[in-house]
Amino acid sequence: MTGLAIVGGSYAALNVAASARQHGYAESITILTDEHELPYHRPPLSKGFLLGATDRETLPLRGEAFYRDNVINIVFGARASAVDCGASRIETTKGAFAFSKLAITTGTRARIIPIPGGDLRGVFTLRSLADADAIRAVLPGVRSVVVVGGGFIGLEMAASMAQSGVEVTVLEGLGRVLARVTGGTISGFIEREFAGHGVNLACGTAVEAFEGQNGAVRCVRTRSGQRYAADMVILAVGAEPNVELAEDLGLATAQGVVVDLCGRTANPAVFAAGDCAFGMNAFAGRSLRLESVQNATDQGKAAGAAIAGIDLPNSAVPWFWSDQFDLKLQMVGLCNGSDREVIRGSMDARKFSIFYLKRDRIVAIDSVNNASDNMLGRKLLGRPHSVSAEQVSDPDFNMRSLI
Amino acid sequence: MPRIIFRDADGGIREVNVDAGRSVMLGATMNGVPGIDADCGGTLSCATCHVYVDEAWADRIPPVDEVENDLLENVACERAANSRLSCQILVTEDLDGITVDIPERQY
Repeated sequence: MTGLAIVGGSYAALNVAASARQHGYAESITILTDEHELPYHRPPLSKGFLLGATDRETLPLRGEAFYRDNVINIVFGARASAVDCGASRIETTKGAFAFSKLAITTGTRARIIPIPGGDLRGVFTLRSLADADAIRAVLPGVRSVVVVGGGFIGLEMAASMAQSGVEVTVLEGLGRVLARVTGGTISGFIEREFAGHGVNLACGTAVEAFEGQNGAVRCVRTRSGQRYAADMVILAVGAEPNVELAEDLGLATAQGVVVDLCGRTANPAVFAAGDCAFGMNAFAGRSLRLESVQNATDQGKAAGAAIAGIDLPNSAVPWFWSDQFDLKLQMVGLCNGSDREVIRGSMDARKFSIFYLKRDRIVAIDSVNNASDNMLGRKLLGRPHSVSAEQVSDPDFNMRSLI
Repeated sequence: MPRIIFRDADGGIREVNVDAGRSVMLGATMNGVPGIDADCGGTLSCATCHVYVDEAWADRIPPVDEVENDLLENVACERAANSRLSCQILVTEDLDGITVDIPERQY
């Protein structure tokens, strides 16, 4: 048997399949997912879905008609356990599948840090719809939650919980929230907003242990000896790529499954895309692994085209979004390595953007309730341009003139 | 169930039905209509569900709000007076037969 087997069932899997078909791949396509849902939107899990504002029926990325029309098979509950490229065969909990091409879109899993009490009832991570269901099932009885980690998922969960009337504490190990992904100005703004909503936020705080009673978590103890009451803990300390299959094939490092700009690995039959993939990023000019919907989508499209025999290197400018309370945070580009932050708009009016400059070039824009700057960045950042800090900070300067 | 008619850039036509209260975007994604990427799933973050609403219908839907306007400002294909993000058009029985044109690309 020949055909494409795709391991994983989220954004990258869908886009590999759709792009392969779009570019003329005529053999069978089978998505092997260990979940029990069609690929679905994950961002609502920490926001609208948690609050009950987003219903399950609106979560699928595409309806069944799409898979039928494009002749894409999905096998649910199929967790891959081993792959043999010589025999072109993959073993899963739903049986073995033959393939001639393999796409690894296994994504990431929530990072678990070994904290005493981590196995207590009431300690959760959030990655999948099943995780969100488990949290939702117990949320009505929760009075106080401690979120460990001030990254995107931690902050989104904290905001949602605070909006549902739960007392919320966020414990962040580093000196500020979102330290890995944004500059100090945005971090400071977000911290003040959360404080304004009554969220108790402690940065530079390392967690020592979760303490429980009758098997259920009751409080979080920090390294400095402070105790925070909690009948729920959300562990949101990042994600780790699922690289085991690729490691077995010698195609991965600890950083991810190694790919080129078209999602090819060193094995001509094997491709990879999305959160699990590590490779050259055309915009950044260096190898990296991105955890985002945009990257999973664009890298998936490139890999799908390559599977169909067409070179369409991924050259997308990275972008990302996060909704917290009434803040629409949108990011485009990569701010690491910038040498200057310039504000445009009004922080007091809660509608502004931070432009990150490297010499005369904008390398990233982080916007708060200011979507037009984000959209501008998606067009501009990948193109040659030259701008001064004075121009960026001048409200009368027309940024669109740079495009 | 109200009908939505999608016309693509090559003149192809797709007619789908969607429950009242759902968005035009969802009508496309659930029925496999190509050309509506809808990366953010309707949370006003991505602007990849851009459509041009047929003139006959343009006045019958609520106007563009501030966030939608901000997103449309630099949308991938040219913005026109009838440009909308299809996630923001909720279908009602009154909109049965609403017709929209899909732009060439969403990026």
